[in-house]
Amino acid sequence: MRIRRLDISRPLRDKLHSGWMLVTLVIVLILPVILITGLLVKSSLLLQDHSILSLLFSKEWKPLAGKFGFYPFIISSVWVTVVALLIAAPICLLTAIHLTQYANKWVLNIMHPVIDILAGIPSVIYGVWGVLVVVPAISGYVGPFFGKMVSGYSILAGAVVLAIMIIPFILNILIEIFKTIPSELTEASLSLGASKWQTIKYILVKKALPGIISAFGLGMSRAFGETIAVLMVVGNVTKIPKGLLQPGYPLPALIANNYGEMLSIPMYDSALMLAALILFVVVLIFNFASRLVIIKSEIHC
Amino acid sequence: MCKLKKIEEKFFRILMFCSTVIIATTLFLIIFSILYKGLPSLTWEMVSQVPKGGFYFGKEGGILNAIIGSVYLSLGSTFLALLVGLPLALFMNVHLIRHKKLVNAIRFVLDLLWGVPSIVYGAFGFTIMIYFGIRASLLAGIITVTLFIIPIIVRGMDEVLKSVPRGLLESSLSLGSTRSETAYRVFLKQTFPGLITAVLLSFGRAIGDAASILFTTGYTDYIPTSLNQPTATLPLSIFFQLSSPIPEVQQRAYASAAVLVFIILIISILSRVFSRKYKKNKINF
Repeated sequence: MRIRRLDISRPLRDKLHSGWMLVTLVIVLILPVILITGLLVKSSLLLQDHSILSLLFSKEWKPLAGKFGFYPFIISSVWVTVVALLIAAPICLLTAIHLTQYANKWVLNIMHPVIDILAGIPSVIYGVWGVLVVVPAISGYVGPFFGKMVSGYSILAGAVVLAIMIIPFILNILIEIFKTIPSELTEASLSLGASKWQTIKYILVKKALPGIISAFGLGMSRAFGETIAVLMVVGNVTKIPKGLLQPGYPLPALIANNYGEMLSIPMYDSALMLAALILFVVVLIFNFASRLVIIKSEIHC
Repeated sequence: MCKLKKIEEKFFRILMFCSTVIIATTLFLIIFSILYKGLPSLTWEMVSQVPKGGFYFGKEGGILNAIIGSVYLSLGSTFLALLVGLPLALFMNVHLIRHKKLVNAIRFVLDLLWGVPSIVYGAFGFTIMIYFGIRASLLAGIITVTLFIIPIIVRGMDEVLKSVPRGLLESSLSLGSTRSETAYRVFLKQTFPGLITAVLLSFGRAIGDAASILFTTGYTDYIPTSLNQPTATLPLSIFFQLSSPIPEVQQRAYASAAVLVFIILIISILSRVFSRKYKKNKINF
């Protein structure tokens, strides 16, 4: 009797569990679709009146007058992101080579927790640190060095903070990529008489190049969407920045600063949703391309 | 020529060493400067009281509301994400083990979702909130953060479950257990400490993120007593206090930042302990 009851309930329980598992799968798979549809529906109001190109390249941002030009924000975003990557990329690449090729055990024992903690620090903490250290440093030292009086809240401050935020992220991917390079390759090179550095330069980096580029791509997309930390140090002035020491106003900061105020004007609401949509699409394209390259290069290894 | 090569290698080795040192010192600099600024104004009153009248003008009170709010929010969303994430991660590694392509496609989608900025989740969550007519509340925040951390929790668990040897799955199935029994009784037990690490990681993400809850949780001076009340959170309380022009309030922002750093460090240490345990407990084939 007892065995029989077990027999009935076990397949049933299996079905229930498997059913819920399938439901979770469906939830996750339709999540991106819902995300993009929601944003599209919301921003369609604005897109009906204005063409997407005129929105992207128009310079005038006057929500109350119905003028929504995203150009200053997009340019600010690009500036901040590119400069952040320029700072982070060499540091990450050099450190990744050091950690995977040269470093002693004790260096690894220190650096692994360091990278983990760096990756886990919330963005608002980076923002506080930026206000505390980076902004005064720029207004106190960097600005006067170039003979300018600046507040310090600038593209450069945003880029420095962002660079530190994406370093652990890029570094982790780079280390993973260097680990997938088969050791036969480097051993063959070493046995042919190449020095360690030559092997790294001509074999390791060359072989890992697609992966390295896509790691930078992923880092860039991470930087592109980062909000609070940038918002706190970048200055938030609606103007096209003409230099690194000038304030900017990246897209995520635009959304974060104006949400809630815009509810009374449907067009404004729609414009901010379009900003979110632009962010989403750009990040998605970057991610998609980079991940694809990583997967492809892993297969070829 | 030969000498030049040696010099080149030396040069780059020094550069590499320097960049490694830069990363390590940056972390210590960040933690040091926050604690240095924050600790002097971190009093017991700060962490044990809710804001009193005029708190944001430098009067008495503390940030207990934000601490509790953040804990509620992250506990709630981690729990919900676990409810969706654990079955999915197990499903990918037990039920779909033979459909490699499908599993890789799911991983790809999850990685894409992981890359989506939290502000986009925030904007989306806000839209849903308006659509269903929910006010800015703890519930809306929990839902938004859940969406945001699901990819993180699933991918984290997936990485751990991936390492379970196939032989274990096969022997469990051949002994007559069903697939879900294999998933929950064998895989879950085998990788438990590793899964806890993944959960802690997403908890850390949930407690630290500000952009996704900026519009969805609202802000209040009280500790929420139900799901549909607005909630203060630690990251936002830091953000708001820091934007105040009054020095005392800014000091408190630094103190609150120190509290958040403490929480994150504790989570990080805990997850290290668990992942070390995971390495010890593993059955090796």
